[in-house]
Amino acid sequence: MIYNLLIIGGGPAGMSAAVYAARYKLNAIVIAAEEGGLAATAHQVMNFPSYKSISGLELMQKMKEQVESLKVPIVFETVTGARKTDSHFIVSTDRTVEYYAKKIIIATGTKRKKLNVPGEKELYGRGVSYCATCDAGFFKGKKVAVVGGSNSALTAAMLLAEYASEVCIIYRQDKFFRAEPAWVEAVKKNKKIKCMFKDNIKEIKGKKSVESIVLESGKEMKVEGVFVEIGSEPSNLVFKKIGVAVDDKGYIIADKAQKTSVKGIFAAGDVTNNAFKQMIVACGEGAVACYSAYKEISAGK
Amino acid sequence: MVLEITEKNFESEVVKSDIPVILDFWAEWCGPCRMMAPVFEQLSSEFKGKLKFGKVNVDENSGIAGKFSIRGIPCLVIAKKGQEVDRIVGYASKDVVKSKIEEILS
Repeated sequence: MIYNLLIIGGGPAGMSAAVYAARYKLNAIVIAAEEGGLAATAHQVMNFPSYKSISGLELMQKMKEQVESLKVPIVFETVTGARKTDSHFIVSTDRTVEYYAKKIIIATGTKRKKLNVPGEKELYGRGVSYCATCDAGFFKGKKVAVVGGSNSALTAAMLLAEYASEVCIIYRQDKFFRAEPAWVEAVKKNKKIKCMFKDNIKEIKGKKSVESIVLESGKEMKVEGVFVEIGSEPSNLVFKKIGVAVDDKGYIIADKAQKTSVKGIFAAGDVTNNAFKQMIVACGEGAVACYSAYKEISAGK
Repeated sequence: MVLEITEKNFESEVVKSDIPVILDFWAEWCGPCRMMAPVFEQLSSEFKGKLKFGKVNVDENSGIAGKFSIRGIPCLVIAKKGQEVDRIVGYASKDVVKSKIEEILS
């Protein structure tokens, strides 16, 4: 079977594209590596119109339910390769399945950046975490560090403060200029949270689990958890191999119609070179990408 | 089949198991754990009789989670006679889990 549209990604961009695919009656399928993507790991979302406050997991479940109710199939597989023929694309996944499609929307989002310091890999899952919503509960009454200064770092710190005895945010800049002022204020008011600016982690130490961190300033601090929230990088760029152009940081270059450099391939959400990596932006781009794909399909291009 | 492992049956199902056991540590609130579950379920039928599959809710069984020093989920721990042999932290695709299992069973 050749699908009209293959949507790759289970986050806000992919789900929105799927909703529009159903509205346009396109024969579409969603391939998602993870349910809800990175958005599902957000502790609290307070900037998505419709809910004053909602957890990322709950919001993404609602999006998924809507897609399912519209009968757009979602399969949970990781895309491992893509090829191009004269008439369509062939996409392969880790389940050794091949999908054929006329148009593709890449909405694979980003993955968490690593610190790349000694001890990080060895102690992953033993105190080092990239998902505060998953792991905060293991740090009741313990002292933890959060690395980073973005919204996600600050919300992670707020969540951790509900469990930990003390939360120390370590940020290499001298103030939180990247985060929303509302989160900065909330962090400042929280008595359990301390902020250390202009410093960074050099090493994570521990035998069976995290025991301490060594900072670039030379200080060694006893902590039992290290939450890494230093931003993201674009994920799953198998499409680079078939000519999809990316910028110097690896993000897919998309125009206002979400078209990429390859005809028939569109990109939406955090994986693109857009200026504002937000769920609401991703949703909008997913909708536009689907509309652009629909226009080409209906024109027989 | 995936067994529900609790503090009550840990001894009988894991420590005294004749075959190696793989445990899936998970919790309600953990998004990636929800992804791990179907992969785990599928593999349980593929390795039937060779490896016992059990899931541990870390919320209800903090003792077991503590025994294996679980500080991050999802986490798959492979154990022989209740002793950890290997683990996979974070969501892993079916292929990754499968090759790890095969490596340990071989």
